[in-house]
Amino acid sequence: MSASLFRTSFARAALRAGAASTPKAAGVAGMTFARGKATLPDLAYDFGALEPSISGKIMELHHNMHHKTYVNSFNEASEKLAAAKESNDIAAQIALQPLINFHGGGHINHSLFWENLAPKSQGGGEPPSGALGKAIDDTFGSLESFQGKFNTALAGIQGSGWAWLVKDNQTGNIGIKTYANQDPVVGQFTPILGIDAWEHAYYLQYQNRKAEYFKAIWEVINWKTAEKRFQ
Amino acid sequence: MAASTGPYTLPPLPYAYNALEPVISQQIMDLHHKKHHQTYVNNLNAALASQAKATQSNDISALVSLLQKIKFNGGGHINHSLFWENLTPPDSDASKLETAAPTLHKAIVSRWGSEQAFKDTFSDTLLGLQGSGWGWLVSRGNGGKLDITTTKDQDPVTAPEVPIFGVDMWEHAYYLQYLNNKGGYVSQIWRVINWAVAEERYKHGIDSSKTFKPAM
Ligand SMILES: [Fe+2]
Ligand SMILES: [Fe+2]
Repeated sequence: MSASLFRTSFARAALRAGAASTPKAAGVAGMTFARGKATLPDLAYDFGALEPSISGKIMELHHNMHHKTYVNSFNEASEKLAAAKESNDIAAQIALQPLINFHGGGHINHSLFWENLAPKSQGGGEPPSGALGKAIDDTFGSLESFQGKFNTALAGIQGSGWAWLVKDNQTGNIGIKTYANQDPVVGQFTPILGIDAWEHAYYLQYQNRKAEYFKAIWEVINWKTAEKRFQ
Repeated sequence: MAASTGPYTLPPLPYAYNALEPVISQQIMDLHHKKHHQTYVNNLNAALASQAKATQSNDISALVSLLQKIKFNGGGHINHSLFWENLTPPDSDASKLETAAPTLHKAIVSRWGSEQAFKDTFSDTLLGLQGSGWGWLVSRGNGGKLDITTTKDQDPVTAPEVPIFGVDMWEHAYYLQYLNNKGGYVSQIWRVINWAVAEERYKHGIDSSKTFKPAM
């Protein structure tokens, strides 16, 4: 069910993107663009499907409102950037970079996040296997020890941000990194698995008890997606 | 988190937990004061205790690694202590800028042209914050030049700037009531700004020893 929804969403994205679409572009995790515009990707599961780890209300607001705002604001900033380039206004182009980083990062991060979650009935929480499973054991000793370190990283974020399991493109090693606000994982590192530590990601359900959210979310982590990104 | 062992303690709210309704709900005030602020106080005290230990044992690397913890949790304690005091029930006398803060009102009008222009600029600044943080009206020294500024996460306003009033823009400050509509929170917050406290801070600054470390 989810796989077919997924394909539909990609097929639609490819249609929207028209001739410019390449298989690679359509394969980029849920980040759909039409005529150069970012669009909100569909979820591969229902809003309530991640309960009890994440409530349906949170998922609905998070996807339909928060993510949508990043998409809209990114498109707005992109249009301004295009106009600034058109008029050779370098100062304006530079001034727009923080907005592009923040809203573009918000779009990328959330798109990756939705896909690295899955309901239990669709494999959510099933431990990683294959190359990634081995890399985690080699690097962290065990999955439990990795999750413990990851949750410590999440709890240590001062303010809004994300924690990611990343692959270092230079060494091939994996590691845990935190990023402030909506800074995306780019450059030297490839994002494998991300967890949103903004308060909007858990507050309606967990309030100040964020450690409970960090614990519960492993029940709905889609390790299949992480394995694909690792390769 | 174990009970706080000092030296810092959670200051009581200067009004009831439901006194800011309908602008800020009782549930938000409860969690925000008793949970969030208390956690900053506890973590600050814990970090200071570790600092004392590290100082005694000349552990310089431990001392350096504690600085950010002290800044974050100390800032959280400072910012929230200032915030509670610079809020007041809606429609209270203190909520009226012109009458509660005649000196500050004059300075604001001369700096921004009008009360409305100031509020619009301040609101835009709040909404432009990316991530967690605070918006502040500050003056450069007592009675000095006014400015609007933001601090990220729990960074506090530091000398020579005096924080006249602050608005918490962390999502925990509004989410249970306003959800993703932070524009709604920002437009409503003006109804509960305590201009009498703002006037006092503008004229005389802040007595740090009393504000952040109430007598036990
Ligand atoms: Fe988010
Ligand atoms: Fe707060």
